[in-house]
Amino acid sequence: MAAQPALAGAGPLRSVALVGNPNCGKTALFNLLTGARQKVANYAGVTVERKIGQARLPDGRSVAVIDLPGTYSLQPASPDEQVTLEVIEGRRAGEDVPDALVVVVDATNLRMNLRLVLECRALGRPMLVALNMADMARRCGLVIDTQRLAAELGCPVVETVAVQAGGQAALLQQLSEWALPAAASPVTMPPTVPPDGAALQREVRRLLAAAVSGPTAGDLGAARRLQLRLDDWVLHPLWGPLILAALLFVVFQAVFSWANAPMEAIKAGMAAAGEAVSTGMAAGPLRSLMVDGAIAGAGSVLVFLPQILILFFFILVLEDSGYLPRAAFLLDTLMGKVGLSGRAFIPLLSSFACAVPGVMATRSIAHWRDRITTIMVAPLMTCSARLPVYALLIGAFIPDRAVGPFNLRGLVLFCLYAAGVASACAVAWLFKRLWLKNSYQPLMLELPPYRWPAPRTLAMGLWERASIFLRRVGTIIFALMVVLWFLSSYPAPPAGATGAAITHSLAGLLGHALQPLFAPIGFNWQICIALVPGLAAREVAVGALGTVYALSAAGDGVAEQLAPMIAQSWSLATALSLLAWYVFAPQCISTLAAVRRETNSWRYPLAMAGYQFALAYAAAFVTYRAALLLGG
Amino acid sequence: MTPLQLLADLPDGAHATVAGVSANGTALDAGHLQRLGSLGFLPGEPVQMLRRGPGGREPLAVRVGDGLFALRLAEARCITVVAD
Repeated sequence: MAAQPALAGAGPLRSVALVGNPNCGKTALFNLLTGARQKVANYAGVTVERKIGQARLPDGRSVAVIDLPGTYSLQPASPDEQVTLEVIEGRRAGEDVPDALVVVVDATNLRMNLRLVLECRALGRPMLVALNMADMARRCGLVIDTQRLAAELGCPVVETVAVQAGGQAALLQQLSEWALPAAASPVTMPPTVPPDGAALQREVRRLLAAAVSGPTAGDLGAARRLQLRLDDWVLHPLWGPLILAALLFVVFQAVFSWANAPMEAIKAGMAAAGEAVSTGMAAGPLRSLMVDGAIAGAGSVLVFLPQILILFFFILVLEDSGYLPRAAFLLDTLMGKVGLSGRAFIPLLSSFACAVPGVMATRSIAHWRDRITTIMVAPLMTCSARLPVYALLIGAFIPDRAVGPFNLRGLVLFCLYAAGVASACAVAWLFKRLWLKNSYQPLMLELPPYRWPAPRTLAMGLWERASIFLRRVGTIIFALMVVLWFLSSYPAPPAGATGAAITHSLAGLLGHALQPLFAPIGFNWQICIALVPGLAAREVAVGALGTVYALSAAGDGVAEQLAPMIAQSWSLATALSLLAWYVFAPQCISTLAAVRRETNSWRYPLAMAGYQFALAYAAAFVTYRAALLLGG
Repeated sequence: MTPLQLLADLPDGAHATVAGVSANGTALDAGHLQRLGSLGFLPGEPVQMLRRGPGGREPLAVRVGDGLFALRLAEARCITVVAD
């Protein structure tokens, strides 16, 4: 390792910040350094992820490690990069300046990564360089003279392999031995003149010539040739989209079929828990709160978890392997037609399972307005929670007969999905027109080398997503479920009252009060009442309708008994109107809670609820009137 | 002397060397041009126009130095190159 002149006078090393280009393996290195000892939150006031962990040094000391968002340069172009710069320079309010910088570089692409190293060096903070993916570089035939590089850069240089247990040993060793050089100043000031890129690159070329030998860009190693051959297929104008379609099919299939068993198990578990509490407690408001409020509320949160985990597993695999940006490359022109970025594709795909993970997945879209547009249209993708409602209404009102080679019911279901996608396109297009006009957002997307995803990184990523979902979104959903339970249970029906208890509750009163508003679109008061608890999760509306019609059956039995009942008492126009309403279904509190969390403001969830409500009302109105005219 | 060309005009597979990055039209602002430099589109760097996206127009997969990036035509029209 590099012998560095140790400057005396500085205190012990307490914290280091990891800085590096996107795709340099920085997050994998962070995971390796800190293991499970990490905290993920947002920086105050922005939705940039703040990750801090503790690394245990060989001598037993602990050092705080801050994983800063990836950046190509210290000239910030995104909120992420802005935060990186502010933390490094000690200008971020509420954040301590890290004692030293660990600049993580991809050893296989020093040509790009060394520019950031030079920019960091110009700040004058204590720093060291971690040559990550050192194993990969060797396999590419690169020979890097770390001592020479350290001498040229004037800071220690160590090799790391972030995807291998123990790959961080040299870095930890260096950190524990490192006598921290005194910083030029406790807080650095931003250089007044931005560094000249061309000059930086001349210096990079000189460093490469001095310290690196092996194949360069012109002369490809075997590993690079394999990468190129893969891209010949993946980016091919014909095979590329076909491979993408096949992958999507597998993901969809997995989300809907693999998630089924665990979801049923969670539902059954929650039902059993409710049952156990019911038998163990005396009837009364407390029992009702426990069973119908707390346990049902927790269940409605947990039931999403299998789909979210499976979906994120695939997204993480595609992301870590380097495929995801290539999918964006293939879809960019298509999605650009409606004003979306190619990067919006994965969040929108996720939203077919549930808009909550979809909204969470928009984090990969760096540009704020592109991200907001994607978040806004995500709930228009038909989520799986709408299926029970569709199934009930289609089963009750649409005759089961063949139309050509197709089944009428299947066709209606397909139309509902298509209507969701079409309206998402229209809304995104309008958004772009009204709000984003004149702001061209370049693509400039890196297509990183293909890599095998590291199991450790996958596991940590999944764990992180699951805990964010349970802690942040789950708590809000849970709280709202309890509030809805209260609304649906109080006040209790007066003695001797007839009909379902819910009609006497606040929710029932609300439903009755809402009825004049919904009469023009053909909703009766029973539907209006069901819409209120349906706020919590769309499929709850089915159960609520069951309650309103005073059915005793529970679970799947409700739909079976309910279908003939509503088929008798509702007109076809009303049913079609409700279907149209559910294409937009503005009343999903879980999604609104996720949007609130991800955008850090109430503005966007309120705007979302508003525009969806308007669309749902308009669509239902048109459907109802048209159906009446046609004699429905 | 070899004439300057726009990166956007290179045929698929062609190798070239970056001559400079400058505004061409109004789509890209100074920050975007700066960004192209951050990604490595700097004078003297070798580039290769690998291929174009489905439809044969954009985006463009461009290798610069040892990195690979997807650009749209608007960005690629701001990069002048000398074909090798």
